[in-house]
Amino acid sequence: MERDTILHRVRTALGRTANEAPAEPPPVYLRVPDWSLEERIRRFTEALEALGGRVYRAGGTAAVQEIVWEILAGRSAIVSADGLSGIPGVEGPYHDAARIREAASRVDAGITGAEYALAETGTLVLLAGPAEPRLISLLPPIHIAVVPVARLLANLDELLTKVPDPAAQTSAMVLITGPSRTADIEQILIRGVHGPGEVHVVLVDSETG
Amino acid sequence: MAPRVSLFVTCVVDQLFPKVGIAMADVLERAGCIVDFPEGQTCCGQPAFNSGYRDEARGMALHFLDVFRDCEYIVSPSGSCTAMASHHYAELFHKDPARMDEVRRMASKVWEFSRFLTDVVGVEDVGARFEHRVTYHDSCHALRELGIKTPPRKLLARVDGLTLAEHDATEECCGFGGTFSVKFPTVSGGMVRTKIDSIARSGADTVVSIDSSCLMQIQGALSRAGLPIRTMHLAEVLASR
Amino acid sequence: MPIEQPAKIDQTLQDANLQLAIYSATGRLMAKRKDAISPDVCPDYQDLRTQANLVKKHTIENLDYYLEIVEKAVAARGGKVVYCRDATEVADFVLKLAKERDARLLVKSKSMTTEEIDLNERLEHHHLEAVETDLGEYILQLAHHKPYHIVAPALHLTRYDVADIFAEHLSAERETIPEKQTLMARVALREKFLAADIGITGANFVVADSGAVVVVENEGNARLTSSAPPIHIAIAGIEKLIPRAQDLAVFLRLLARSATGQPMTVYTSFLSGPRRGGETDGPDEFYLVLLDNGRSKLLADKGKRESLYCIRCGACLNHCPVYRKIGGHSYPWVYSGPIGAILSPQFMGVTHDPWLPFASTLCGACAEVCPVKIEIPRILLELRGEVVAAKTREKSNRWERLAFRLYAWAARHPSVWSAMGLAASAVAPDVPAMLNRGPIADWLSQRDLPPLPPKTFRQLWREREGTGVR
Repeated sequence: MERDTILHRVRTALGRTANEAPAEPPPVYLRVPDWSLEERIRRFTEALEALGGRVYRAGGTAAVQEIVWEILAGRSAIVSADGLSGIPGVEGPYHDAARIREAASRVDAGITGAEYALAETGTLVLLAGPAEPRLISLLPPIHIAVVPVARLLANLDELLTKVPDPAAQTSAMVLITGPSRTADIEQILIRGVHGPGEVHVVLVDSETG
Repeated sequence: MAPRVSLFVTCVVDQLFPKVGIAMADVLERAGCIVDFPEGQTCCGQPAFNSGYRDEARGMALHFLDVFRDCEYIVSPSGSCTAMASHHYAELFHKDPARMDEVRRMASKVWEFSRFLTDVVGVEDVGARFEHRVTYHDSCHALRELGIKTPPRKLLARVDGLTLAEHDATEECCGFGGTFSVKFPTVSGGMVRTKIDSIARSGADTVVSIDSSCLMQIQGALSRAGLPIRTMHLAEVLASR
Repeated sequence: MPIEQPAKIDQTLQDANLQLAIYSATGRLMAKRKDAISPDVCPDYQDLRTQANLVKKHTIENLDYYLEIVEKAVAARGGKVVYCRDATEVADFVLKLAKERDARLLVKSKSMTTEEIDLNERLEHHHLEAVETDLGEYILQLAHHKPYHIVAPALHLTRYDVADIFAEHLSAERETIPEKQTLMARVALREKFLAADIGITGANFVVADSGAVVVVENEGNARLTSSAPPIHIAIAGIEKLIPRAQDLAVFLRLLARSATGQPMTVYTSFLSGPRRGGETDGPDEFYLVLLDNGRSKLLADKGKRESLYCIRCGACLNHCPVYRKIGGHSYPWVYSGPIGAILSPQFMGVTHDPWLPFASTLCGACAEVCPVKIEIPRILLELRGEVVAAKTREKSNRWERLAFRLYAWAARHPSVWSAMGLAASAVAPDVPAMLNRGPIADWLSQRDLPPLPPKTFRQLWREREGTGVR
């Protein structure tokens, strides 16, 4: 069997025997900077806007609706979860895969939440789940994410401290850092190849008041 | 006490650039060293080693160890040949623990000329005068195997009348690579043309390095391109007054 | 004497437009990397390299252990690990699955491992349509080219080349504006994503204890490939394992910064198994193909097994003065540049392209920028020794060997050595006339020789000592 052949070859090459436990791996290397909330907001905004994304601050749910409505400017959208329905032109949430795929292929914008955001790199962290289908942040040309500021972590290292094994929570964790881009033709930067060419992030203050 | 220096001049200097060896001896003596030249020295074995002839290289390394066994300091006008003796001999003898002790002892005594001046003799101003606009070429083995970046620049900075104008590709290889330039003459030629383009942009009239083989390659391309820029080994600049 | 080498080398050197394209593209990537690792934005860059090297070393040296871990973890998440010894076994697996599921259309995201095994050609041979979806790879697939660079596969093509390729294959108007060309590809490929039966991705990392693959990209095609079709197959070399998800903090940082100078690539997908209960979309089936294809053979060589630490960032290509002259298509295999020069001889045998380990000045720029600290020049030197040994066994290369033996013999006999030197100096005035033939003539085709001095250093030194002049 291929499996046994390969494992046998590997073991023989390494001079190891079956069931031989290795020494401990090197200790993990994680560095979490101690940044205040304001510092994290400033860095997140700078990092994402440097990539061509846009960052907004909202005081509460009503303000979020207003900002999203302005971003959409009459364009159509699908929302991944409850809470943002009610804006004119926004449909969803849907809980059926085929319907999600159909709508997400048709509308201009996908509106999602985000489990976390990472200040250092301007990154959104989305975990696929009942309230977060994979395709809403992917198929439409515009992605709008609504993230409570309390979810703004310093960096990747802090994310992996809080979520040491993403597989325990979801089959798909995706980190999104700015708009889809390519430089495959003459190294010229072009946004919006396969994923959204526009990324808007609304940071919501103190959602619990 | 004055350091006792044995010159390891390298084949290229012995055969093609003998004045570099003499200039090095002059500068070392002016800096207070007692200089000798072990006549039994030949080649460090790098060309054989780099060409995959390890047995042949090993024989030459043994000869090198014999010739320089009792020296206090071994100083060479080449980063590349220094690195062969100080770094690569270990790869030739790693299966021979008895010999490895000797290799290690010797490795600690081999110095590249510019670093020997700044780090062992502790001198930066050797009293030289050279009224030219100079650019410095970082030879790869000196830079990446020996980590020599500042010693030649410190020495050049203290030469009267000299202006240092760095070229943008100072850390880029000149394309010599020993037998590489023979096996791949056209690739090597392309590389050195990129190098001299950068040198020409610096506006320097003289290219200085601590490896004569790089300088031979660069000079050959400058001459072919008809550019009025000359090459000089650091020792020759430091010997000027 | 010039070593036997591909004609592609001189063709590339003589193509001025291509020279400029390679030089400027690699130069731009070098500059971006330099900014991204500068101490003000990445103060612990050297510590990250050390950590990455240690983690890779640990994983590779205990690879069988981690393979068994990942196998269990993938199964626990509802996926399946498929071991394949070679290219044929991968193709057979995909073909069998496609037949069982009645699949006709496959979409693929960029993967050097699948390039290594010519997967597309093998599938197409059995009438399965396999579409590359990374923009660069899509262009190459239409034009039937091999990737020119690990990270920038279509580096050798201009917008005008792309216009010709699209006009021919997409039966569209000739379009030379890169934005519009990109949009054409987006439209054509979007259809494929939504219709595909199987999505095939590579894996930048396989996280052992999570049973997950990590795929990094900028375009979004890998996300689509792994999310839209009902089946996701990830194909990875067995060396891609890392022990824990937390190790990604080090590797993701190093990969993006070394490859394109980005702090993070646009998308990083961490995928473990098929869609779970409650999740609304995603594939129903997940397979992780772990490919050997010669890797286990490399592991046996302690001095060179670190070649398998490579994370395919391409930094060594960008910084290699030889790659920057000869380009990606001069190399014999899909892996080009310095990493290709050490991988190809080990995978294909040192006698396959004996010139390759010699096509380096050993300048060390590759090792200086390698994020996992592979000692490429040292490995090249070892491979050179192996080429010479193999040629000795084959009894070829007689003259070169004889020359090196003579030269080594002379070097151990100082009186012979210095006599040879004196003889050379004596004939110095006649040398130019002797140089019209042979290797020296090739050398002189590129540059001038210095005038030979009339006396050697030895002679000058004796005179200096004799006169007592200081």
